[in-house]
Amino acid sequence: MLNTMIRVQNLTKTYGDFTAVNDISFAVEKGEIFAFLGPNGAGKTTTIKMLTTLLTPTSGKVELAGIDPMVEQTKARQSFGIVFQDPSLDAELTAYENMELHGVLYHVPRKVRLERIEKLLQLFELWDKRDNYVKEFSGGMRRRLEIARGFLHTPKILFLDEPTLGLDPQSRNQLWSHVKQQNETEGVTVFLTTHYMDEAERVAHRIAIIDHGKIVAQGTPTELKTQTQTESLEDAFLALTGSTIRDEKAGSADQMRQFAKMWRK
Amino acid sequence: MGAIYILWLRELKRYVRSRAQIIASLAQPMLYLLVLGFGLGPVFQQSGNGSYLQFVAPGVVGMSILFTAIFSGIGLLFDRQFGFLKETLVAPVPRIIVMIGRTLGGATVAMIQGTLIFVVCVIAGFRPVNWATVPLAFVFMALTAIVFCGLGTAIGSLLQDMQGFQLIMNFIVMPIFFLSGALFPLTNLPKILDIATKLDPLSYGVDGLRGALIGITHYGLVTNISALGFAAVLFVAIGGYFFSKIQI
Repeated sequence: MLNTMIRVQNLTKTYGDFTAVNDISFAVEKGEIFAFLGPNGAGKTTTIKMLTTLLTPTSGKVELAGIDPMVEQTKARQSFGIVFQDPSLDAELTAYENMELHGVLYHVPRKVRLERIEKLLQLFELWDKRDNYVKEFSGGMRRRLEIARGFLHTPKILFLDEPTLGLDPQSRNQLWSHVKQQNETEGVTVFLTTHYMDEAERVAHRIAIIDHGKIVAQGTPTELKTQTQTESLEDAFLALTGSTIRDEKAGSADQMRQFAKMWRK
Repeated sequence: MGAIYILWLRELKRYVRSRAQIIASLAQPMLYLLVLGFGLGPVFQQSGNGSYLQFVAPGVVGMSILFTAIFSGIGLLFDRQFGFLKETLVAPVPRIIVMIGRTLGGATVAMIQGTLIFVVCVIAGFRPVNWATVPLAFVFMALTAIVFCGLGTAIGSLLQDMQGFQLIMNFIVMPIFFLSGALFPLTNLPKILDIATKLDPLSYGVDGLRGALIGITHYGLVTNISALGFAAVLFVAIGGYFFSKIQI
């Protein structure tokens, strides 16, 4: 029986002389909810990209459910689901079509697919809007659709990269209850990043804090608080990462989006 | 199989829904057809080459296929910028399957576009010499579309953003069009131009279309089919290779 779902050893990613992720190691056990916290530009998303076959590590080893995602890409991809930090919907398709496309790509059998699409769109209150184009959706609705889509197939590992960014408290609540429920009933292992410490404290079994590409602390929320002698996870986080504000370079994708927005007006 | 179908369907849906774009993309070939077709007609006729409209129509069909196919490949860039590409890249489907689905979708769209232009040509007064060989024209349309969808995918995989777009347009797409013999006969060309046209896959596409539609061909049917088939395999392989190497 395999118990470690994510194993990362000495993972490093460098861009030129900039080191985005610097020699990190951690393991996530089956059925665990693992939160990966850190300030902007700390290397969270880069790590997730390397875990999910989108980026090749400079060095180090990754194992997902015992599979090396660099060697057996397709098999590794079958084992996880992901909700990205930035949009990944096709805005020219309807909500339903986006779900359908995802279901087909993930080999969800037709009957199950239809059932689950309906159930999830109901759950995230998008069923009435299922035939609307995603381009007509508000930011919050798009986010909800991305999340609903992430649950369409039942992966062994679920990656959530800042899933609650721009969500209202209702949807956030809905999301975390659903994540917890999936975790408890189906034993889904969850790897999440967020900037909301209260969320991490509420759902995560274990937390790793990353800063400047290095893991600076790891443990349960209580352990982290004890270690830093603080009252809340937020204080523990600040004690570990300092209070300087980080800059993040806007990538070409962000620039393009701004450009597109300009023209849409 | 399901993955190829759903990605093919996506390309088609996006095409059918962008009506403004369909009309816009018909405008340029129509300019070439009508302005050049009627404008250069008298000169062409005087030099003893027959009707220029008859001659240029297959070239314009080839041109619209070239443009549509390349742009559908470059559509990859939009998918990258707007994020949808990630969704297909993390899916448990080999990248080559994703690429084939997209390419077939793009090629289908390019063929529809080519067919629309063909209809416009017929309305403008173009007449195929033999309707029985018209189906053969669709074979050439399909092959040409696949060749340039493959090329478009390769380009789309290599570019990071739209900044290189003008470069691609001016240094790849327009030369392919102008060197293909879409607008002029391939006989008695200066040596360098002759070599350039022979290296241009679109030359064989346009020549094949001419063979099928007006019964005049420079290279011959067999050469055209083999050259295009070879280019299709080559470009789809190159496109597939670069597509599988995409990192985000």
